[in-house]
Amino acid sequence: MSEASLGHARAGAAPGARTNIGLLQRFEWIRGYLLMSPTMVVMLAMLIVPLVSLAVRSFWTQHGFDLDRTFTLNNYWQMIAPSDTTTWWLGLPLPLETPAYAIVMLKSLLISLASTVAVILVAYPMAYFLAFRVVRHKMLWLILITIPFWTSYLLRVFAWKIILGYGGVINTALIKLGLIEKPLEFLLYNPVAVVITLTHAWAAFAILPIYVSLEKIDRSLLEAATDLGERPAGRFLRVTLPLSMPGLIATSLLVFIPTVGDYVTPSLVGGSGGTMVGNTIQSLFGQRNDAPMGSAVSIVMMAIVTILVCLFLWAVGYRKMRAREA
Amino acid sequence: MAKRWDLLTVYGLGFLVFLYTPVLLLPLFSFNDNLFAIFPLKGFTLRAYEQLADDANLLNALKNSIMVGVGVSIVSTVFGLLAAMGVTRYRLPGKGPVVGTIMLPLVIPSIILGVALLVIIRQVFDIDLSLWCVAAGHVLLCVPFSMLVLISRLEGFEKDLEEAAMDLGENGWMTFWRVTFPLALPGIISSLLMSFTTSFDEYVLAFFLSGMDQTLPIYLWSMLRFPSRLPITLALGSSILIASAIIVVCSEVLRRRGVTSTKPTGL
Repeated sequence: MSEASLGHARAGAAPGARTNIGLLQRFEWIRGYLLMSPTMVVMLAMLIVPLVSLAVRSFWTQHGFDLDRTFTLNNYWQMIAPSDTTTWWLGLPLPLETPAYAIVMLKSLLISLASTVAVILVAYPMAYFLAFRVVRHKMLWLILITIPFWTSYLLRVFAWKIILGYGGVINTALIKLGLIEKPLEFLLYNPVAVVITLTHAWAAFAILPIYVSLEKIDRSLLEAATDLGERPAGRFLRVTLPLSMPGLIATSLLVFIPTVGDYVTPSLVGGSGGTMVGNTIQSLFGQRNDAPMGSAVSIVMMAIVTILVCLFLWAVGYRKMRAREA
Repeated sequence: MAKRWDLLTVYGLGFLVFLYTPVLLLPLFSFNDNLFAIFPLKGFTLRAYEQLADDANLLNALKNSIMVGVGVSIVSTVFGLLAAMGVTRYRLPGKGPVVGTIMLPLVIPSIILGVALLVIIRQVFDIDLSLWCVAAGHVLLCVPFSMLVLISRLEGFEKDLEEAAMDLGENGWMTFWRVTFPLALPGIISSLLMSFTTSFDEYVLAFFLSGMDQTLPIYLWSMLRFPSRLPITLALGSSILIASAIIVVCSEVLRRRGVTSTKPTGL
């Protein structure tokens, strides 16, 4: 598009109607950036500066109400300081002084991973349905799927509390049906409840990238596969699924990255067993009044997520995929 | 593909049920004459909604949320439009990293944005927390959405229209008001509505940055903790759901119509 516009401008300049157009053309990018500069300044001031100051703070120490500004790696050391006593968590040996940080981090990653897998399993067939089956009223379907994502997250999570709770919909229904005598307590306030709620909250959002990549698939490829004798299952595995990989990758990242640090869901339905790193960060900045430690936990969380995302992209061969697309 | 009611169609409808049932339970129970949210339903009542209208704290929180939401939607749409015009109208070296930075808030958990802003506001600049801080945080969240919506809208019509206006002697400012702005209008309205709902429903940033002033989600959160206030919580939740659903439908209809009509009529 920009190439075309450049050509257009040159063509206009050729008869000599405007002599300064070449000059403006050369500095076009300056005008572009000038136009973008207010947005960039705001994002820089409100995003990059706070993140940097968060990183700086993670090297300081809080003593009661006083902030010690000497550089130290102590906050980071606390998270990995070894100890003689070994704490076991899910069969993992954690020989750490304060294993709580490692545990909450691992738990957040596992919960997030489980939610991501569940979201994809739920969303993929739906995206497939939208792309290949829905012919009429496509816009209506897309809007129906988008609405819940834009309505209050807090309320969608709260709805699950009503469903799974001690006196909730499931328990009262099961008792009425005579299947159980006492309410089931294991439904709410545990990691599984967090996974269910997160899956429900993100499923709708996850459909869109998968849908877009399925929609892009050239239908003649599918016909070719059928003509060459591929059965529907084989055609799906060897043509449709590989071609929808970009959407699948985008979806996994769009769900995994934000859910690791989710705060609302674990607070409302997680109970004490389902707390995640977001809760730890909140309590460090809140009741425990240790902003430097909280900053260090935030930074570590972002670093771990970034590393995992890079490893994931490398493992699925994202680079090759992009090269092929181009 | 001719079969109308195959397994996949059943799944599609089942998915909608899964998506909507939890959310629709809130309005259902809000009209139920019972302190607990359980089946079977007992009777129809509007008592909880009457209590809502009498709650001064709630009305104050509602006012705060609307003020913040309106301000945020306007400011972030302006920033989003400027960025979108820069991205779609000019060849920019290093466009990838710049756009990537603006998109960052989409992938950073809001709790991190919250504490980072809290640190800079309280401990670096020592400003008192207020609704202004909440609004600033929300702008951060909304600008990426605004920019995405407006980029797709601006890419939807030909740049030639603007160039034609320039060639016919309009200056840059008049070209914007008489060509770009009207053509981008569906996207702009969609961005305004989307930013408003995002801000109106946002809890985590507001929790860290609001100080003494409550916004509606914070008020809602404080009520979620008291089982005895369940009916009024449900009534409030249902009202919020219905209001945001209406806003979202308007915004989505505008946005999708905007993308499909590459050749606007009336020109």
